[in-house]
Amino acid sequence: MSEKFDVIVVGAGPAGTSCAYTCAKNGLKVLQIERGEYPGSKNVMGGVLYRQQMEEIIPEFWKEAPLERPVVEQRFWMMDKESVVTFGYKGLEWGVEPYNNFTVLRAPFDQWFAKKGIEQGVLLITETVVLECIVENGKVIGVRTDRPDGEVYADVVVLADGVNSLLGKQLGYHNEFRPDEVALTVMEVINLPKEKINDRFNLEDNQGCTIELFGDSTKGNLGTAFIYTNKESINIGVGTTLSSMIKAKLKPYDLLDYLKTHSMIKPFLEGGESAEYLAHLIPEGGFHSVPKVAGNGVLLVGDAAQLVNAIHREGSNMAMASGKMAAETIVEAKSRNDFSESSLNLYREKLYDSFIIKDLEKYKDAAHTFENHPQYFKDYVPMMNRAASKFFTVDGTPKREKQKQIMRSITGERGTLKVLQDMYRAWKAVK
Amino acid sequence: MHIVVCVKQVPDTKIIKINPKTNTLDRRSAPAILNPYDAHAVQEAVKIKKMVGECTISVLSMGPPQATAVIKKSIEIGADKGYLISDRAFAGADTLATSYALSKALERIAKEEPADLVICGLHAIDGDTGQVGPGIARRMDIPPVTNVIEVTELNEKEKTILLKRKLANGYQLIQADYPCLMTVGKEINEIEYSPMPNMIKAARYEPIIWSVNDLENVNRPQLGLKGSPTIVGKMFTPPKPEGGKRLEGNSDEQVSQLIELLQDKKELFFTAR
Repeated sequence: MSEKFDVIVVGAGPAGTSCAYTCAKNGLKVLQIERGEYPGSKNVMGGVLYRQQMEEIIPEFWKEAPLERPVVEQRFWMMDKESVVTFGYKGLEWGVEPYNNFTVLRAPFDQWFAKKGIEQGVLLITETVVLECIVENGKVIGVRTDRPDGEVYADVVVLADGVNSLLGKQLGYHNEFRPDEVALTVMEVINLPKEKINDRFNLEDNQGCTIELFGDSTKGNLGTAFIYTNKESINIGVGTTLSSMIKAKLKPYDLLDYLKTHSMIKPFLEGGESAEYLAHLIPEGGFHSVPKVAGNGVLLVGDAAQLVNAIHREGSNMAMASGKMAAETIVEAKSRNDFSESSLNLYREKLYDSFIIKDLEKYKDAAHTFENHPQYFKDYVPMMNRAASKFFTVDGTPKREKQKQIMRSITGERGTLKVLQDMYRAWKAVK
Repeated sequence: MHIVVCVKQVPDTKIIKINPKTNTLDRRSAPAILNPYDAHAVQEAVKIKKMVGECTISVLSMGPPQATAVIKKSIEIGADKGYLISDRAFAGADTLATSYALSKALERIAKEEPADLVICGLHAIDGDTGQVGPGIARRMDIPPVTNVIEVTELNEKEKTILLKRKLANGYQLIQADYPCLMTVGKEINEIEYSPMPNMIKAARYEPIIWSVNDLENVNRPQLGLKGSPTIVGKMFTPPKPEGGKRLEGNSDEQVSQLIELLQDKKELFFTAR
């Protein structure tokens, strides 16, 4: 029989590496297996890394990690065809230690993070695909890779194999996705000189900005688009649930092209050079889609456990936190030398006790509500735009009269009762 | 039997960019990889190891500390151990100084176990000279056999090896006494998908790193930039091929135009007969 480890972690994204790192730091013998050429070569996200959960793993990581810009401004855009209502917050306190969050490019960041794991003693193997978990007497005892003599064994296997966790599906923990449980996001990295980015987004060298785009950015479908500033490039992306795409017969790349040529967006990108094109599935089912996360000798973390808060575009932080919780659970299980489901269920308890499941529960009906009631994105966003236009246009109409006209046009379009219903429903979904 | 394979870390020239101002390689633009010919050299050592009974495969490289990556890659393919000579004294070496430094490292390795075979890649994809292999053989005073595409036979009793060389217009079979040195082309084998135990071994492996002080009887002026008589006269990016002709029209028209063109130039294809 080939070598046995304490832990095998499948995947070298934020969840897998957090778990591998923490396990190794606690003296466990860890094997981490990544299918890409190097960690990060196949990993995709919009680009915001949250400081808090990363710092709980590596204190003051910003001093050495390859980051792009600390985010000092978050803007929110409610877009119509030729207009936009904006709000946001810019605060210089986010530009100094300990920071709030950062934009990152995943390829360099994930490589750096994995290297920190190796320094703690993680054995990282790349370019290797895990085909299946080896199950014996109802217990996961290792994995089978696609390499010759490819079986390796461990007390615990951690599945950090991403949103479409094939291993989780094989174990029967996951079902195939329903189209409304998952979003497809496409994005492009567009190179632009630093000075251009600073000018166009009103930033200094070490300041970043994120813009979340709603409404016409997805042609009114359930989803969002975003623009994030890196040092010398911009990430621009758009995604909607698969069900919305099917319903509206949308192609993701058409949507991205539409966005890039939108009159409100185009000036940001002028003269830019497309550097990379990426696509990613995002688990947006939230609370209701979280699968079984602990079994005999196996744990699921990060996207593989569907831990994404779509409303707040948080995912990598949940991945890291869940990876760490899994590691702490394994360390405790090791001290008891008990890797059964009941022992590993401690991970589930930790998860449900943390911000992760609490936040997912808070928004458990949000996606469903917005999916079934498209008026929020389709009707209200354009209404807001028309109202703002009317209110701020100086045409000799008294302001009070304008307010009345605006109210009349809103209730007139949908009816007073309907508007009240919509407001109550939205409040209920996110309260 | 002891096989030593010399390997080099090179920028991946498939993706590398040339700085248009200085005409030098922009090394940041490409990841560093194991020179592809050297990967075949290691793979061939693994094949020979399977043919003979007892066999150790050592790999040797010269380069900066991060060149340990190519030694680990070699362990993945199946090498048993790896040595890196890394020192500022070696920096800036041309093929003469490089082959001198490597032969000194080979002397040191031979003290532990004499090398029966030294295998090098045909050439490195960044320098393309193909001189280091023969340079090492000359200094070790063993026969060099270049551009080998097949190890046909190995006789351990007689200490001979039958090698097939690729020439410009055919093949040559050479029987050499070993110890000898061979440089190998890509045709010699297919790189196999490394087995899992090798991967684990490589992830764990820490190459042996020697500085210039670890080598014996070294004449320092022969090392590094000082020991390199090569002078780079000029560097330029080869001009992009110009001319050519674009055929227009529908596919039938294009095909008949193409046939006409080929018929005009048929002497290009038949002069060899």
